[in-house]
Amino acid sequence: MNLQPIAKQKLGADLSLTRLLILVIRRDVVLAMRRRADVLTTLFFFVIVVTLFPLGVGPELNLLRTMAPGTLWVAALLASMLSLGRIFSADYLDGTLEQMMLIPQSLSALVLGKMVAHWMLSGLPLALMAPVLGLQFDMSAEALGILILTLLLGTPILSMIGAIGAALTLGLRGGGVLVSLLVLPLCIPVLVFGAGAVEAVTSGMSPASHLSLLGALLLLASVFTPWVTATALRISME
Amino acid sequence: MAINWFKYSAPSTFYGAAGKMIPWFAGASAILFVVGLYMGFFVAPTDVQQSEAYRIMFIHVPVSILSMIIYLIMAGYAALGLIFNTRLSAMMANALAPTGALFAFLSLWTGALWGKPMWGAWWVWDARLTSELILLFLYLGFIALHASIDDPRRADRASALLAIIGSVNVPIIYFSVKWWNTLHQGATIKLSGTSMHVAMQQSLLAMLLACWLYAITMTLLRVRSIILERERNNQWVMELAEIKK
Repeated sequence: MNLQPIAKQKLGADLSLTRLLILVIRRDVVLAMRRRADVLTTLFFFVIVVTLFPLGVGPELNLLRTMAPGTLWVAALLASMLSLGRIFSADYLDGTLEQMMLIPQSLSALVLGKMVAHWMLSGLPLALMAPVLGLQFDMSAEALGILILTLLLGTPILSMIGAIGAALTLGLRGGGVLVSLLVLPLCIPVLVFGAGAVEAVTSGMSPASHLSLLGALLLLASVFTPWVTATALRISME
Repeated sequence: MAINWFKYSAPSTFYGAAGKMIPWFAGASAILFVVGLYMGFFVAPTDVQQSEAYRIMFIHVPVSILSMIIYLIMAGYAALGLIFNTRLSAMMANALAPTGALFAFLSLWTGALWGKPMWGAWWVWDARLTSELILLFLYLGFIALHASIDDPRRADRASALLAIIGSVNVPIIYFSVKWWNTLHQGATIKLSGTSMHVAMQQSLLAMLLACWLYAITMTLLRVRSIILERERNNQWVMELAEIKK
């Protein structure tokens, strides 16, 4: 990885926002790729949680088919909670975050970059993995397609809302459990509409309304959460 | 006449003022509870459809309304504290949270007791019940976040931000009846006329006011303790009569 261009930007004052965004995303993805086990742990957690459900409720296909959307969505929600600690804590512990907060550009843009990177490392793999797990639940091809779509629309929201919780609980003892307590209630609408869209398809209705609401939530979240997270970071770091 | 609007925003002056207000709010609350309960049990007529079971409404409705209103007031105080950096606002937000959480819990509890004879189930996954449960979670999250941060200033500001984010949820509770098709009945108390018996309406109002005053009393009691705890190193606390004793 060639990091030369970063040094050439004198203090980064003339760095455009898009360029900053790309830099942050690339940096976080590169760092995560050097510790690949972390990313894979989240993915395996997702696979194991989903696999436990048929073992718990029995292998009856009719039951599993109705449970599938909810189960996959709840597992995705839990898996993305699990990886939230990573979003800021490593940078906080080695002091990088403090330096990052001094950038001349908007802190919100930097935070948005970290959210996108977090999604690429937790939400995106889950969305791509989900159809394989959906087959265990005997889901139809159409339902699987919608499932991927809802996960692609919904998991970024989870990363964004989660980032607020991660920023608020930065450096606290027991932060991991606390962040779930704070963030899970706020994620309920995403779960409802995400699982609802898949369920609508299985019961022969149009998932359009659920998908639209999910899209609306995504737009709202991408406008407001970077700013809120930046505020939370300032509160936690002062 | 020039009024100093900010006189009571200082913890030291508010401490005394709160102490003077508590007996009045407590007394009025007790009287209204007696009136409301008497009217609710003896004056209000038996309902045609729900017979006597509907009487739990007189506690269920006030605590449900207040659990939402208290959250909004708490978020309002939190926002004030975050914007203007006033110490007392954060203390008030803190003092309101346990009462709000208690009301949200009571709302769910009495709702379950009412739901069993009416719907035949302790709990149904109705949108409004679920939202009330989420509201309880939000209260608990607020309290937990505040409790786990040692630095009081950071604790105040972080939980204030959380309260403001959570307040997005309160309108969802209110409009959920219209958004999702649910078991709950629509609004009975309307601005133009009402479909409820007058005695029922009056006892409901008395109970609502009683609960409201109870919440104010408890909040003031709690905020006095918080002020004493936070300001314990200040001169004015040392000079208080109850501290010197």
